[in-house]
Amino acid sequence: MNKTDVLIIGAGPTGLFCAHQLGIIGLSCEIVDNLDKAGGQCIELYPDKPIYDIPAVPECTGEELTNNLLKQIKPFNVKFNLNERVEKLKKKQNRWHVKTSGGIEFDVAAIVIAGGVGSFEPRKFSVKECEKFEGKSLLYSIKDKSIFNDKTISIFGGGDSALDWAIELSNTSNVNLIHRRDGFSGAEASVQKVKELNDQGKLNLYTKFQIDSVMGDKKIESVKIKHDEGEIKEIKSDYVLGFFGLIMQLGPILDWGLNIDKKTVKVSTENFETNVNGIFAIGDICSYPGKLKLILSGFHEGALAARGCFKYAKPDEKLRFEFTTTSKAAQERLGVKK
Amino acid sequence: MAKITYHTHDNKIHAIDVQNGLTVMEGAIQNDIPGIDADCGGGMACATCHVYVKEEWLDKLPTKEDGEEDMLDMAFEPKNNSRLSCQLIVSDELDGLEVNIPSKQG
Repeated sequence: MNKTDVLIIGAGPTGLFCAHQLGIIGLSCEIVDNLDKAGGQCIELYPDKPIYDIPAVPECTGEELTNNLLKQIKPFNVKFNLNERVEKLKKKQNRWHVKTSGGIEFDVAAIVIAGGVGSFEPRKFSVKECEKFEGKSLLYSIKDKSIFNDKTISIFGGGDSALDWAIELSNTSNVNLIHRRDGFSGAEASVQKVKELNDQGKLNLYTKFQIDSVMGDKKIESVKIKHDEGEIKEIKSDYVLGFFGLIMQLGPILDWGLNIDKKTVKVSTENFETNVNGIFAIGDICSYPGKLKLILSGFHEGALAARGCFKYAKPDEKLRFEFTTTSKAAQERLGVKK
Repeated sequence: MAKITYHTHDNKIHAIDVQNGLTVMEGAIQNDIPGIDADCGGGMACATCHVYVKEEWLDKLPTKEDGEEDMLDMAFEPKNNSRLSCQLIVSDELDGLEVNIPSKQG
């Protein structure tokens, strides 16, 4: 059981800055995120796109913003629990016990949900019978590529994941790459490589085709694909891979008794506490009159939520408002005191 | 102001006057029309405001920017008349536009 003052759910900019604010006022925290890295939407959706509305930062990319926030919280040695999704929540006297998908358990005084629009999960095929093969012969990510040796693989998608895996697996497997249009969103060099491999007969490229149905009993035997013009082809396949990027799902948080409306959690703007005492929500996931889904709003919300956590973490102490320019305690925590 | 008609998956028809300058996505969100999630808030980064545009309108709409077709690759059951509604800015020219909202966004 990991004991800490506050558990932050979500390692996006809002969660990261909240960790900073907790550190400044002397509270400890750990962060859980379902992605394999910190940064949230900034890293997953637009790492290279410039952001122009961070106060005092005229222009920076999602990746730069994330790296700067990580640098800013470095003095606090915050522990990250990545590739983990929060699952279960239990109240134990005055504290919360939280368990993640990977079985990590936390004992905390307060929880800050900074979950954006939910945790990132792979987008799936819309064809119903795909579900029954999921995780076995139909996959949305690859853990062990050796299972594909000498097999026939049908890969769907036109982004970098689809192209990179098609190129890589064409060395050891019989690869079909199926995409809904002639254009690709992946890197131009990969697109050229795929076209070369197709010309050399080392993989089969089907464009303007989409999945129609999958056939098989216990495992997939073939997949039918449908052309824009209506033509249907059946291609033998041992495995079907779908790479359609990620979508955000609220997940188990829905069952926590929170006041949820349209995928957002209602909060009080005094301290960003939800209707459940000791559970706070900040950033894109919280809603209140006038809410703006801006990173700068998330920073403000995190600063207030951190202070809201204080009375749960240190019920016998009083929190005094201080500035980092003058507070000896804050400077000690930051490791900058001369 | 333009009248935009949203056909939702439950076969309901919502004809809404949407102010010029808003997007077709915002028109739906502000009027509680179900089926458009718009997770990223209009940044062309998530494909959860996907709509099917009535065929006769396809040529009358502003052409897609590069990133829109890339995002539509991720959308739920994209078709030739798919657009991201966050990229359709309402103006008088769009008066009468009809869009179908897919059964799901992901």
